[in-house]
Amino acid sequence: MSDIPEDLLFNSDHDWVRIEGDTGTCGITDYAQGELGDIVFLELPEPGDFVTQGESYGIIEAVKTVSDLIAPVSGEVVDVNIQLTDDAALVNDEPYGEGWMIQVRLSDPSETEFLMDAHAYAGLVDE
Amino acid sequence: MNRDKLIFERGAPGRRCVAFPAAVDSGTEIPETMRRDVPPGLPEVSELELVRHYTALSQMNFSIDTHFYPLGSCTMKYNPRVHENAARIPQIAGLHPLSENAQPALQILWEMEQVLKAVSGMDGFTFQPTAGAQGEFVGISLIAAYHRAQGNTKKIVLIPDSAHGTNPATAAICGYSVQAIKSTERGTVDVEDLKAHLTEDVAGLMLTNPNTFGVFEDEIEDIAALVHDAGGLLYYDGANLNAFLGQCRPGDMGFDVVHINLHKTFTTPHGGGGPGSGPVGVKQALLPFLPLPVVLKEGNAFKLDFDRPESIGKVSSFYGNFGMVIRALVYAKMLGAEGMRRTSEMAVLNANYIAAKLDPHYDRPKNAQPMHEMVFSASRQKKANGITATDIAKRLIDYGVHPPTIYFPLPNVAPETMLIEPTETESLEQVNDFIEAMIQIAKEAEENPDLLKEAPHATPVRRLDEATAARKPILRFKTNNP
Repeated sequence: MSDIPEDLLFNSDHDWVRIEGDTGTCGITDYAQGELGDIVFLELPEPGDFVTQGESYGIIEAVKTVSDLIAPVSGEVVDVNIQLTDDAALVNDEPYGEGWMIQVRLSDPSETEFLMDAHAYAGLVDE
Repeated sequence: MNRDKLIFERGAPGRRCVAFPAAVDSGTEIPETMRRDVPPGLPEVSELELVRHYTALSQMNFSIDTHFYPLGSCTMKYNPRVHENAARIPQIAGLHPLSENAQPALQILWEMEQVLKAVSGMDGFTFQPTAGAQGEFVGISLIAAYHRAQGNTKKIVLIPDSAHGTNPATAAICGYSVQAIKSTERGTVDVEDLKAHLTEDVAGLMLTNPNTFGVFEDEIEDIAALVHDAGGLLYYDGANLNAFLGQCRPGDMGFDVVHINLHKTFTTPHGGGGPGSGPVGVKQALLPFLPLPVVLKEGNAFKLDFDRPESIGKVSSFYGNFGMVIRALVYAKMLGAEGMRRTSEMAVLNANYIAAKLDPHYDRPKNAQPMHEMVFSASRQKKANGITATDIAKRLIDYGVHPPTIYFPLPNVAPETMLIEPTETESLEQVNDFIEAMIQIAKEAEENPDLLKEAPHATPVRRLDEATAARKPILRFKTNNP
């Protein structure tokens, strides 16, 4: 059973967001990193770029496959986890901690109503 | 012999295969600016060391000549040796590529074009693309040229989510943005989702038929009508043509552009033994845009036509990989139309036999009857014992089978996939051995999962650490004179 923290929101592409005031920190879920396997490379946006809910904001490459990162919220990128450039394995080791990807200044906080809470996401993963 | 050494790590300084006489340097022929400061960093080995090194490497090959190779969507057939004989006839093999009026060579290209027109239902072909991916690039470039000639500036290419990765890459390189179309429960194109994406901005739909689940797109005529009504064109990725070669034709289904992989369907070597050949065929309306030159027949003579003002231009040197066209033509002539029908029938029979025998032991994500290949999933084994598609693939090597294609279709379409394509060239005994190995591995997954986790056991190198290799590559290519 994969780990699903209670304080996060999720989209159906297995991306999470942690909302703190008007910023949202984004990453991929424990389930997603488990399905992808060993992650070897990430392509992330630059601070100042704009990401849109439901659209790709980056690329994640594992040994067996390459996937899009789907933004759970829209807004301007204010911070990018540059640690991942040197150590993509952080996403496998700590998907909800040191493996975070980008921090976004929310352009439309009401978008969160399209996301799932931990309980609903657990239902999706169980299917 | 120590197999771990690179060719650069063998030999000794100054050692050579052949002792050439010292070159005379007149000092005037090569300008000072063009001269090397240091000699090139070539291996310094004797001829015997050289031969042993590469012979040892060749003996480590896992190839269609040594093992069953059910690599899905790659159609790894046996490459009949008679094709090699034809391609090596000195008068053909020795022909200079600038002999542009060499009638027999032009006739070979023209005759193969007639074969491909007959099996595809298209109106004309180019043989310039040297692989399937380049065929796609040419095909989408032709579609773009056609739309531009009509004054259209369409921006989008639609591609099913189960498609080969080269499809979206091709569309993107040709300047289009890509939109994915969902698959149904059966693995076919979701027509409702297609309708939702069809706008006047859609340049075309790229489709493989049967698709990557090995399932025939039985709504293809409706799909073609929808795309055409919206002003788009249909592109046929010929990766899976082996499933219905001689039975039905992409041209009749409504496709406007096709590429055919001679190195798959027409048994020319590939998988390291290539080169490939990905001829592209088009319907009448796109003929003017084909790469130049094209081969024309006038009376009993053949010529290369360069006078094609609307052509997208040349896409490779000379006429593509001509040697592959010779091999493919021999294959086509030896089979004939009836032989081609038998080919696809046996390919589909082999695949369905495997699917039926393995159904009790592995999950099959899309529950539709496959044609020439099928997708199994290791999801049952993963849930029960943590065994992944990778573990099963690695264990198959111990049973003398090349692993099938894994994690394709992609994990977001179906989990832990194994795409198995036996082709028609395998015997019933070989197919049975494979089925037996897969059943045995399913048992091992329950009884001794560690055996699979640590596989392969019988290879010169064991399970490679692919993640560390990608994250922290150690590059050993070093020479004395960089």
